[in-house]
Amino acid sequence: MASLITMDDLTNEEIISILDIAEQMLPIARGEAHTPILAGKVLANLFFEPSTRTRMSFEAAMKRLGGSVLNLGDVSTSSVVKGETLFDTMQMMDGYADIAVIRHPRQGAAKYSSDAVKIPVINAGDGAGHHPTQTLLDLFTIRKCHGTLEGLQVALVGDLRYGRTVHSLSGALARFGSSLTFISPSSLSMPREIVQDLHKSGVDIVETEDFLGSIESLDVIYMTRIQKERFPDEEEYRKVAGIFCLTAKDLVNAKKDMIIMHPLPRVNEIAPDVDSTPHAKYFEQAFYGVVARMALLCRLLEVDVQEAIE
Amino acid sequence: MSEQGMRRVTAIQNGTVIDHIPAGSSLSVLGMLGLLDSRRTPISLVMNVPSKKLGRKDVIKVEDRELTQEELDRLAIIASNASVAIIRDFRVAEKRTVELGSELVNIARCSFSNCITANPREPLPHRLVVRSAEPMELRCAYCGRIQEIGDLVNHLI
Repeated sequence: MASLITMDDLTNEEIISILDIAEQMLPIARGEAHTPILAGKVLANLFFEPSTRTRMSFEAAMKRLGGSVLNLGDVSTSSVVKGETLFDTMQMMDGYADIAVIRHPRQGAAKYSSDAVKIPVINAGDGAGHHPTQTLLDLFTIRKCHGTLEGLQVALVGDLRYGRTVHSLSGALARFGSSLTFISPSSLSMPREIVQDLHKSGVDIVETEDFLGSIESLDVIYMTRIQKERFPDEEEYRKVAGIFCLTAKDLVNAKKDMIIMHPLPRVNEIAPDVDSTPHAKYFEQAFYGVVARMALLCRLLEVDVQEAIE
Repeated sequence: MSEQGMRRVTAIQNGTVIDHIPAGSSLSVLGMLGLLDSRRTPISLVMNVPSKKLGRKDVIKVEDRELTQEELDRLAIIASNASVAIIRDFRVAEKRTVELGSELVNIARCSFSNCITANPREPLPHRLVVRSAEPMELRCAYCGRIQEIGDLVNHLI
């Protein structure tokens, strides 16, 4: 059965299909409808590093559809502290669950896990690698707000070097014909693997440190947190911490339908006065994580949603 | 092997001749073949000799040992154009080429310190995917990092 490790595991048609199913899941996610189409299925939630939204939205998605969830819990109370390898931990999952979600501080951990087991594995963030389920909910949000994924002007701002959400999102947006502006301090610019692949796909990319220079032309501003925990050196973190902060007055020249997104948590890169503007979509975006993950779980567990709902 | 290369080292009776190694890479090639620490295998090395194909090249002769195709394919990382002759009783018995497949398995480790494979106790094979042969681009199959080709000799398995 297929896994989702990077967005390259999905075709554009499959992405659109998942977003369409996610749309149908909205009443179920809101608790307005009860459709236990994943009853009897078990999800293993394996979070080896902190998570609030991703872990809980996977749990909500599974439970709203009638499934059950096993949580690894605090890593310090599992066999990981006794020196168990990821390979061995994953072998247990083959016996305990029908599908596994993994977040791990080491890059490549999700792909490694999927090679170690028979059940589908979903990458919920591997170090500074990828975070494809965040991309699914990001795309859902963009399509919901703009009615399309095609031909948009999108700025990705902040920690592009260590930010796994933007690594996954940039490639997906490029595949739908978006023009991308990467705004970051040079020390946090997009990794060369990502930029090289984007150039090969023929997408227009601008890399700049100028935060607000192009705001009037943008359809989406995607802010990210400078991730203190990923810096090998705290001094390097201090040099760039707080470098970008979006405030309500910065939005005067923005298009009326320009949206501001953020994978959350935020620290100080979006001022609280932005929250009440019509541009702010980050809390709505976080809710869409539930429906995007519901749709993905159904797909990877090979449940025919149309048949089950009708 | 070119005549100039031949003149510098005497012919071997049995063994393997690896020709058209990029100049200066022969020690790395010996390292990749696990021959640097060998105290029993007679090895002749010719470095930086003129070559029509490469400008300058290195040549290695390994006596009394026929290298397998699997061993030779390890050289693809640094000597993808190398040509190989298996010598039996002073004659070329077989000609082989180094073949760069689509993936290098358990030849070198990913050089990224935060890759999941950096834990030496993790048992799955080390896999480097060949994204491009010319110029050579290798990426770790797990973490996706591009590998510095020159640095790979420091991460050989």
